[in-house]
Amino acid sequence: MRIDVKKTYKLYIGGAFPRSESGRCYEILGAKGKFIANPAQASRKDLRDAVVAARSAFPGWSSATAFNRGQILYRIAEIMEGRSSQFVDEIVAVEGCTPTAAQKQVREAIDLWVWYSGWCDKIGSIYGSTNQVSGAFYNFTIPEPVGVVGAFAPQKSSLLGLVQTLAPIIAAGNTSVCVASEKFPLSAITLSEVLATSDLPAGVVNLLTGITSELAPWMGAHMDVDAIDTTGLSATQDKEARIAGAENLKRISAFKSDVSPQRILAFMEHKTVWHPIGL
Amino acid sequence: MHVIDGTSNSIKSFLKTLSPVDQVGAEARAAMLGTRSIKTSSKTWAIDMAISMIDLTTLEGADTPGKVRAICNKAVRPDPTDSTVPHVGAICVYNDMVKIAREQLDAVGGGDIPVAAVSTAFPSGRASLEVKKVDTEFAIANGATEIDMVIDRGAFLSGDLVKVFSEIEFIKSLCGDKAHLKVILETGELVTLDNVRKASYLAMAAGADFIKTSTGKVAPAATAPVVLVMLEAVRDWYSMTGVKIGVKPAGGIRNTKDAIKQLVLVNETAGPEWLNPQLFRIGASALLNDLLMQRMKLRDGHYASPNYVTLD
Repeated sequence: MRIDVKKTYKLYIGGAFPRSESGRCYEILGAKGKFIANPAQASRKDLRDAVVAARSAFPGWSSATAFNRGQILYRIAEIMEGRSSQFVDEIVAVEGCTPTAAQKQVREAIDLWVWYSGWCDKIGSIYGSTNQVSGAFYNFTIPEPVGVVGAFAPQKSSLLGLVQTLAPIIAAGNTSVCVASEKFPLSAITLSEVLATSDLPAGVVNLLTGITSELAPWMGAHMDVDAIDTTGLSATQDKEARIAGAENLKRISAFKSDVSPQRILAFMEHKTVWHPIGL
Repeated sequence: MHVIDGTSNSIKSFLKTLSPVDQVGAEARAAMLGTRSIKTSSKTWAIDMAISMIDLTTLEGADTPGKVRAICNKAVRPDPTDSTVPHVGAICVYNDMVKIAREQLDAVGGGDIPVAAVSTAFPSGRASLEVKKVDTEFAIANGATEIDMVIDRGAFLSGDLVKVFSEIEFIKSLCGDKAHLKVILETGELVTLDNVRKASYLAMAAGADFIKTSTGKVAPAATAPVVLVMLEAVRDWYSMTGVKIGVKPAGGIRNTKDAIKQLVLVNETAGPEWLNPQLFRIGASALLNDLLMQRMKLRDGHYASPNYVTLD
């Protein structure tokens, strides 16, 4: 006979695992209506703190070599592999799917990290260009990360949708404040424990659990967020975010395709450099 | 009123009348006051009050005339897009920048903003009295109306209180009625809260107009328990002598939350009379931007970005 060691599900902000500053949590139920957990219910102030953490992590992460970023993304896959059974158990409990389907989702998620890790040092050479200009200049265009990207992970997938959202954002060299699926947040919490032990610098990814409709307006209007992935928002919330985001010209994208290098490029800006020949 | 005549005996017998600080109690009280909930309307007031109390400071080896002029412009009009933001309390610079700061402030409509000069071989204070004298006189001659001097911590810690006392008295005599004297205790080097209390009284008895926590070059700087002890000292000094002495925490106050906690400490310890720039100042540089961003947040209803305030 042993006393259960119950887990407190917390947020992931700036490399630490705080409770919500509001002290709130909310209840999530499994597919059959059974109680599963009480994850933290992030407030707008948690979101504000997460943006500050992401902003301070941006200079380091964006200036790390693309090769180094790729290695760290691969490391995330390695660590996830070692904890795959925990991911499977949580997906089965929350989504009510079969263990086989859950295993498939976990494997795809891990493989996706590997896939995006390869893209880190190739995106510039494949989507950048050298341009012919009528003058004595080398002229080339390179994609660069936009900055802090707010992300709303898809609501219907606990792990795979989250990785599809997060991996391209950080592969580009951005830092992120990501709001997990409202009903399926357990995988996000476990993923944050993976990220904390994967050599990923603190603050590059910040994961919040909570009520999407509560956080979306604050993310949309936040002047220090440079772009938003609204895939996990409803049509109305998406529209509101676009209106609020116009204030500081945020790049706002929602994605139909799950996996594509376009998802990396959506959060990059192209910089063109003119360099005189002969100097 | 002279409670100390400067002799070793008078200092010792006066300091013996002070009760020791209950360190655990002071920390608990300061922590408790830090948890006060501040509602939106009070926050609006507190942010503007905090801005008007800032001694906007640049004390780097790399300071240039250009940088000093820039912070002077910022002192007069902290947010160029919003004329309702009050100007700051003062500018605080090294003495060779005093003239530049004074001229710039006068040129951009900040004639009523005083220039404070750090003096007496700031930040260490390790120099001869002659050097400290010239240091102070130079700053006053160049237009400084506030002098931030450091006490001799080495003398204080080795028990040579007469030296500490007489130095403050001497610098005060140089200031005369031309400049306010702020005495920096450098509490991070005084080790105990008992020492903070003793040094506060020593400075006040020697003629300080303000007592200031730190140079900003030593950590820890303006911690809440230290400020609490100093505020208690000015409160008790007022009831003892009828003279109001100001307090200036400096160093480590970087965001609005910290600044508002300081205001709560002032209100609850010294009282609301001290909630004005004549009796309470905050030595800071980065703090001003955070206050401006919080002000924008309250005005616009969404979170602000550092892109919309100046780089320092």
